[in-house]
Formats: sequence, C-alpha cells, structure tokens
Amino acid sequence: MANSDAPGAYFDAASTEPPHPAARAALLGALDAAWADPARLYGPARAARLTLDQARAKVAGVLGARPDEVSFTGSGTQAVHLAMLGALAARRRAGRHLVVSAVEHSSVLHAAARHERDGGEVTTVGVDRHGRVDAAEFAAALRPDTALACLQSANHEVGTVQPVAEAAEACRALKVPLFVDAAQSVGRAQVPEGWSLLAASAHKWGGPPGVGVLVIRKNTRWRSPLPEDERENRRVPGFENVPGAVAAAAALEAYRAEMAADGPRLSALVDRIRAAVPRAVPDVEVVGDPERRLPHLVTFSCLYVSGEALLTELDRLGFAVSSGSSCTADTLRPSHVLEAMGVITHGNVRVSLPRGAASGDVDRFLAVLPDAVARLRRTAGVSLP
Amino acid sequence: MRFRSRARREDGRHAGGAAGPEPAPQPGGPPPVLVIDALGRKCPIPIIMLAERIREVPVGEIVAVLADDVAARTDVPAWCRMKSQDFVWEETLPRGGWGFHIRRCY
Repeated sequence: MANSDAPGAYFDAASTEPPHPAARAALLGALDAAWADPARLYGPARAARLTLDQARAKVAGVLGARPDEVSFTGSGTQAVHLAMLGALAARRRAGRHLVVSAVEHSSVLHAAARHERDGGEVTTVGVDRHGRVDAAEFAAALRPDTALACLQSANHEVGTVQPVAEAAEACRALKVPLFVDAAQSVGRAQVPEGWSLLAASAHKWGGPPGVGVLVIRKNTRWRSPLPEDERENRRVPGFENVPGAVAAAAALEAYRAEMAADGPRLSALVDRIRAAVPRAVPDVEVVGDPERRLPHLVTFSCLYVSGEALLTELDRLGFAVSSGSSCTADTLRPSHVLEAMGVITHGNVRVSLPRGAASGDVDRFLAVLPDAVARLRRTAGVSLP
Repeated sequence: MRFRSRARREDGRHAGGAAGPEPAPQPGGPPPVLVIDALGRKCPIPIIMLAERIREVPVGEIVAVLADDVAARTDVPAWCRMKSQDFVWEETLPRGGWGFHIRRCY
C-alpha cells in the first residue's frame, strides 16, 4: 500500500485490492440500515429492497448495462459458474459445443471441464507468446452448434488484454452468446460492448469479499443450473447480501473515478518495471503483451530460481507479490497460462499495483530485486558463465 | 487437470497435446553425445543442469535432458528460445517422463 515509511509494499492487487474506504463506510451503514429481508412488503423490507436496487443501478451504470440485467452473487467464481452453466443449459437445443481460450481463469476452465464430463464438447483456443488470443482463430472455432463462447477481458496472470470486441462481432454474426470474465478489468478499464454475459468480483476493485456480479443481457437465453429460487430475479439462490452489494457498488464508483486519474500513473510505473527488470537482472524474461495490457500488472520470470523461493525472499524484504510457478500452487503444476504461452514457468513473479501505489515503493522493489535473485541463484549453486 | 492443453507453438514444433494418446515417438534427430539425468528433480533444477552442462558437448552436437517434472515440457523449449539454443525434439520415456533433445548452437 502507499505507506512510504514502510520498507516494503503490497503489490498483489490482482489477487485482491485493499478495501476502499468507500466500501467500509457503505458496508457499516447498510449493516445498520438495510438488514431487513428485501423480499418482504413492510417498511424496513422495502427500504432494504430500495437500497439493493440502488446498488444494482450503480453497478449497471459502470458496466453499461440495464439494472435488471445485473445480479449479485456470492463471489466472482459463482458468477462465472452461473453464467456458463446457465447459458449452456438454455442453449442445449442449439448444441453442446463450448469455446474457451486456453488462458481463462480456472473457474471458467473447471466449468468447461464439467460441461465436457457431462457429454458436451469443448474447443480450446490457444494464445501467442504474449498470451493473446487471435480474434480470427477464436472466430474460426465457432460452429453452428456452438452454445457458448468464453473470453476473458484481460488475463489475470500476465495482464494481456484480449480482443473482446472482435470476438463479440464474430459471435454476433453466428448468434452465439459471448461470456466475458471481466474480473481483472472492471473498474480499471472499460469492457468493450457486444457481450451477452459478464462476470466480475467486488474484492478486485476494493469492495468486500463475498460479492460477485453476474450480468445477463436482455434477449440472452439463460436458465438457472441450480434448484429454483426466487431471489435476485431467480438467478442467484439465497438471501441477498444487501450490505455487501451496497459496499461493492460504492467501492466500484469511487474506484473507477480514481482509476481514471490513477490508471495512467500506475501504467507508467509498470512501464518502468518492464524496462528496469531486464536491465537489472540477468536471464529474465518479461512476459505478457507490452502494449495491449492492463495498466497495473506486470509479470516476469527469472531463470534458475524457484518461484516459491523468490516469493519467500521478497516477502522477507516486505514485498507481497504473486507467482504462477508450480511450487507456489497446491497443484504442483505450472501455471496453465504460462504453459499455454510457451514461456518459462519457474521463477515467475506477478507484480500488480493497487490504487495509490507509491513510486518510491516501486523504486525500492527494483532496488532489492537483483540482489534477491542473485542470492537465490548462488544458494541453488548456479554457477553459469 | 483436464483443461491443460498445449498452446499452438509459433515454430510448429512439438505442439502435441499434454493429455490423450500421443503418437509413438519418432527419433527427431541424431543421438545425443551427452545425456543429463534430471529424473525426480523439480524445475528449475533440470534447467540449471542443462545450462551448466551444455558446454560439455561440441557446438552442433546434441545434449539430452531426461526429466519427469511436467514443467520441463514448457521450460526446456522456452529456455532454448531465450538462450538461442536449438530445441530439436521431445521423446516420451517408456518409464515416465520425457527426453528433451537440444542442439548446442554456440
């Protein structure tokens, strides 16, 4: 965070953004004022319903959607699952073919794996060395029996922005609904139009945990894959988290307004990291698209170093970063994103700057990184010419 | 995990799927003059062993790395690209793991 007295900094906004003060204030207010059941008819219930619908309208405004197209879910992952499984269920007569990119979030790929186990067919569209989907290749994967196509707005591990507008155009031509997982970009960058379903997650923009957003555009066929329930326009079962939704909406409006000013500054800091790391550290590769990228995220891989060891060393120095390297995950598999890109999967570091990230903190990070990598290489006994 | 699949490779080499049946290995080049056994070692150790020992073979000759950490299937070709060495082919070993054949270019 932006505390310049601290020796280190939090650089893992892509995992979760530190809570926005607007979220905290809205959450506490709504806990006291909007706790009643929004499905009931008496005064406090009507007030809770009104508060919930105001939050819905705010989120819809930021996303360029109609309020009745927006539902609040229990998480971004739940929004992804509902969007995909619901669209696939409603389009069953059109076919059982699903198109996904190889670098989608695991929630998308696990839902695709479920569809395949249930007898559906999945086409996975690969990416180039920068992790970017080729729009023409994505379009070519669409078929008359394609029930749904899925493309993230931007990649969560390397920051590459995907060609959503082009994919949406190809989908429209074939009347295939397009689902966009926009979890990494909502609040930071405008999502192109033309999608049919969208998922997002409030804690990525400084909102509270436990709030996701599912948007289903008008005229998009969708049927809940879960048992029937009246809540959230019959789309999300269970008693609504009104305080969470209110906090999420307040944080989103505040965050988007701040990002309009702070985004370019963060992007310049990322450019500085992109340029400085290969100069300061030998045998390193910065991965992800250098231009068509999220403003706040940069990923690089250091040869001959384990990602876990590097994260531990950077944590010791006070820096919180993430890694797609295998040993940092419980799967003991390398990141499917780095694997699909064909880039080094070990020694991987993802730096993602939260709002207000201080320039001085980035400088300190760049100052300690070369020695940290060199130390680990020496410890591993690497003696390369 | 089922969803893992190999991306298309720009050089068109070894784009075979990580899952599912693979064709019988076809020898993709001359025999190696040095075989590095990195079986049982986790990445990045196989890559460190390759980087340290490739100078033991003459320029133009083949070094093979045997490894069973699946990350090596991505890391060995990526290392070759970064270090301008020639990744020749990948064989599937009968007892598990893979053999990666690299030609020393300089």
